[in-house]
Amino acid sequence: MSGVIDSIFSTTFLFSVIRVATPLILASMGAVITSNAGITNIGIEGVMLVSALAGVLASAFGYGSWFGFLIAILVGVICSLVIGYVSMSLKADSVLTCIAFNTMAVGGTVYFMYAVVKDKGTTIALNSGKLPSIELPFIKDIPILGEVLSNHNIVSYIAILMVLLVYIMLYKTPLGLRIRSAGKAPNALSSVGVSLLRTRYIALGISGILGGMAGAFISMGYVTWFSKNMTAGRGFIALAADAMGNSTPIGAALSSLLFAMAEALSYSLQITSIPSELVQMLPYLVTIIGLVAYAIRKNSLDKKKKEHIVGE
Amino acid sequence: MKKTNKMSVEQVHTWFEVLRFASAIFIAFAISFIIISFSIDSPFSAMKNLFIGPLTSFRRFSTVLELMIPLTFGGLAVNIMFKANQFNLAAEGALFMGALVSAIIAIYMPGPSGLVMVFAMIAAGITGAIVCAIPGILKVKWKCSEMVVSLMLNYVMLYFGTYIFNQVARDPNSAYKASYTFREGVTLSNIISGTRLHSGIFIVIFFVIATYIFMFKTKWGYKLRVTGSNINFAKCTGIGVAGVIMSSQLIGGFIAGVGGSTEMLGMYTRFQWSELPGYGFDAVILNILAKENPAYIPVAAFFVAYLRIGADYMYKQSDVAAEIVAIIEGLVIVLIAAVAFLAKLKHKMTTKASKNLLESGGAQ
Repeated sequence: MSGVIDSIFSTTFLFSVIRVATPLILASMGAVITSNAGITNIGIEGVMLVSALAGVLASAFGYGSWFGFLIAILVGVICSLVIGYVSMSLKADSVLTCIAFNTMAVGGTVYFMYAVVKDKGTTIALNSGKLPSIELPFIKDIPILGEVLSNHNIVSYIAILMVLLVYIMLYKTPLGLRIRSAGKAPNALSSVGVSLLRTRYIALGISGILGGMAGAFISMGYVTWFSKNMTAGRGFIALAADAMGNSTPIGAALSSLLFAMAEALSYSLQITSIPSELVQMLPYLVTIIGLVAYAIRKNSLDKKKKEHIVGE
Repeated sequence: MKKTNKMSVEQVHTWFEVLRFASAIFIAFAISFIIISFSIDSPFSAMKNLFIGPLTSFRRFSTVLELMIPLTFGGLAVNIMFKANQFNLAAEGALFMGALVSAIIAIYMPGPSGLVMVFAMIAAGITGAIVCAIPGILKVKWKCSEMVVSLMLNYVMLYFGTYIFNQVARDPNSAYKASYTFREGVTLSNIISGTRLHSGIFIVIFFVIATYIFMFKTKWGYKLRVTGSNINFAKCTGIGVAGVIMSSQLIGGFIAGVGGSTEMLGMYTRFQWSELPGYGFDAVILNILAKENPAYIPVAAFFVAYLRIGADYMYKQSDVAAEIVAIIEGLVIVLIAAVAFLAKLKHKMTTKASKNLLESGGAQ
């Protein structure tokens, strides 16, 4: 047990938390934007999966890893807009559209993988690209901090940048105001002559960019191949992070870090004698507990608010 | 009164629904045909194999019926849970845990095999009910999103179940991951020799009828439908909304658990699932195909099962990955659920029918 505790307080553990958190942060930013616009987008799981495969195939048959990254983003945007078209323009139930899309993503990626590499498991046979890791100048020389923060995959830094960008976009730009109004007061938005539909399409498009990046990281940064259903519910965890972070970028990013910590811990615990199934269960269980704890706190706050109003 | 050949508006709507289903299915097949033709040289023979696959042998056709059983159980479970307007996706985990619990009972419980099976099914049902109740309680009590919780819960159940399986039931002498074999005679009897079709089909028929009666002929079912369609109205009329929601999640979970048990005792002699079986998610698809009516769920299950067995045949004959059915299913669902799909045509047909009626009405 002491070995585990040592490993948790080691720099390699903190390093792996950031690594594991990267797709969660990116996807949860996508979820934050859509839920601010008033859309529950559980399709982000499928978007990540499709983008992950698209990135691998594009990098293997195209112009390398950055080309793959761009294609992954593009495919992410297209998928998100298709979900939007079906649920908003064709007026299908949005949850249902997303479930159907996720089913199609799981089956469809296997179909295409088999069509290309004649393997239903992984694309390991393909020589696909890897997005580079970078060393941060100056920071890498700081003792402990350098070991934790430097030498990450470039997408991890992009993810942190995205938290800032999403924050600025949501709270400091006209577009952000429109997106937030689309969720909170859609009628007010229409009354000032802004198209609700268009705003929501834009929100979905941006979430597609973020979901695409998350997918690309999973198959071209975290590992360098695609395997069946490799997102393993990370899109759903990102939704949980969004719910726990009350749909604010900073809150969702911190929740993502918490869930990532549980996942990283589960990797450290695999060396111990604790049964591996219980360890694998940990990230999902922590997510549920986190959601419940948040909901209880929010409920009691709401109650207090009500009492306060009544008291006046 | 002059009898006319003109259709009434209701008839137009029924016809329109049929047309919508047909065109949704047609479009889905057309798109998948295009996808297939990109990856192989003989897309026509592949599609033909997809359609005729289940009919090529009696054995294959019976697998369609075998597959219908767990699909229908899942569909009924989701039907009841969704009717309360709760997007509880825990049927997946409930089915998995139900199967595991009944497998453990089938291995260890002494006594006459009939009694063991009844006990196994009830225990599996209760387990499923508990699993599906968790997102329900969290929603009713603290407004946690039942959807996100249930999605996470499925993974928790998979790993927790695998842990229990390894501790309690795993046969160390088995070459692959499997439990000890069930006790002699603890198996749902085969009803047609030469196939694996088992008497679980009678259990599922019973549940279809029971669910239909529950939903449309009892006070409980009525309360449930009112709560699902308008929760505020339900509150105003004095329906205990929280209780109705909870009981629907419990009943749905119970059916899912029994489904897992039926599948286990009917199709297997040992527990060997190392992944979630997927019937819980399929169930969402079935529920939409069946227009959220429990009576149509077996029909939808037949459609999906037929498609899957056909795809399997296509994979063996034409080397097209059977996963293409996921795309077909997804497209069909999306088009059926899309309110605006063909809405203009519906509008036109309705206006035309009403005009005709008005004209003939004037002549009366």
